[in-house]
Amino acid sequence: MIITKQKPFEELLQMLEGCKNVVLTGCGECATVCKTGSAEALEELKAKLEAHGINVLGSMVMTNSCNKLLVKKEIKQLKEVLPEADAIISAACGDGVQTVATNTDKVVYPSNNTLFLGEIERQGIFSEACKLCGDCVLADTAAICPVTKCAKSLTNGPCGGAKDGKCEVNPENDCAWILIYNRLKDQGRLDRLMKSIPTKDYGAVAYPRVLNTKEEGK
Amino acid sequence: MSLLKTKLESGQFAVTAEMAPPKGCDFSHQMHCAELIKGRVDAVNVTDFQSASLKASSLGLCIKLKQAGLEPVLQMTGRDRSRMAIQGDLLSAAAFGIENVLTLTGDHTTVGDCKNSKPVFDLDSVSMLTAAKQLEAGSDAGGNKLQGEPPVFFLGSSVTPEYEPLELHMYKYAKKVAEGAKFFQTQGVYSLEPFKRFMDYASKYDAYVLAGIIPLKSAGAARYMNKNVPGINVPDSIIQRMKESSDPVKEGILIAAEMISEIKAQGLCHGVHIMAIGAEENVPLILDEAGL
Ligand code: SF4
Ligand code: SF4
Repeated sequence: MIITKQKPFEELLQMLEGCKNVVLTGCGECATVCKTGSAEALEELKAKLEAHGINVLGSMVMTNSCNKLLVKKEIKQLKEVLPEADAIISAACGDGVQTVATNTDKVVYPSNNTLFLGEIERQGIFSEACKLCGDCVLADTAAICPVTKCAKSLTNGPCGGAKDGKCEVNPENDCAWILIYNRLKDQGRLDRLMKSIPTKDYGAVAYPRVLNTKEEGK
Repeated sequence: MSLLKTKLESGQFAVTAEMAPPKGCDFSHQMHCAELIKGRVDAVNVTDFQSASLKASSLGLCIKLKQAGLEPVLQMTGRDRSRMAIQGDLLSAAAFGIENVLTLTGDHTTVGDCKNSKPVFDLDSVSMLTAAKQLEAGSDAGGNKLQGEPPVFFLGSSVTPEYEPLELHMYKYAKKVAEGAKFFQTQGVYSLEPFKRFMDYASKYDAYVLAGIIPLKSAGAARYMNKNVPGINVPDSIIQRMKESSDPVKEGILIAAEMISEIKAQGLCHGVHIMAIGAEENVPLILDEAGL
């Protein structure tokens, strides 16, 4: 899931300088789980904006703000109010904001910061688990990602910096390599630690990336 | 040919020291210390933005030392350089006759004094050895041929004898040896038992080990290191000695010298690496006390 966090309200106000009327859009997927793009989040945002003299002409939660065709269809529901709007505020992830912007000629502003791809540990607690490196090494690392969970993305074993099993970079975090070692040991697969994982091919992940599954098969 | 390599291969006890470039472009203090230790040590490591704090670069001071007749060890971390920059620096080092290279992961940018800097970590200490080996074989990491004679290096890396769990750390040690590491300089050693346990593992591999020696400056500094520096465990008895001494710096020098003598007398490893951390002028005093 894509983890988002609301931008400081002051920053949003600065973006909106000169705007009198806005329309809000949210997202029914990740941003709803993060409570940054849900119906309630839009309600709260509306109240705060109106308290600062900015009219909210309309608001809707897109089913899925990163689906271009779906957004194109759903944004039509706002056609009554959009002509009067100075801007749209999109309360989605960075992708969702851009998808909205490709489907309107209005100025679109983001109300969230997009943080990482992560898992839901508990309600409201998220942790980063995969950096989308394009070449997954989990098979050799006991399904614990060293690219993400190790602060230095080390793929050939630990640095010398762990203290009491915790990472030198942030003592709140377990050292990924000690976790990997413990799990491989439990699984009787410590020999995996001798395997040199090749250096990452950054040429293959030059962005922006596009995946066309229709072309892939050919 | 690397003088450090020659010394180690001859089976003699090697002594290396360590120096940091200045935070600035005046190298006079470093060159003064270099004069004091010249002839007393077999090689001098030059740290690479140690503790992730900005200084002049390692290569610069290595060249200066080389020109002054000392044998430098170029420390190279993966934190600030991509594989291109690393290999480029290695080629430049080779052009100045600098052959000794110590590969390190590097502390994270967030623990240093340029916290906003982008951490690179393109290569780790293992893949950096691979890259150096590739250069020696005449091509770059992309497989492209180098022009002219390929460089020759004497490659090394670091190791933490009191790493917990040691077995995990030793897997990486084995990988480093497999990728061409010929010598290891260790984290500071203050007690022999854990060091011997480490050497039981390390001696299975074909590489030289130089035990790290960090002279203590005060009891407080020792406690600070115990608390904050991974892999450092100064025993209470030594802290007590430091506390009771009327001249703690002198006491620290004596403790360091005793440790060196003991390691040498027992033939535990192939040499020592003295990290005086800003007090390089004390290195000759330590060596005097240790009879080296
Ligand atoms: S190795 Fe880590 S970052 Fe790369 S794809 Fe697998 S989980 Fe994601
Ligand atoms: S302590 Fe562990 S997790 Fe942290 S940077 Fe070092 S190897 Fe990676």
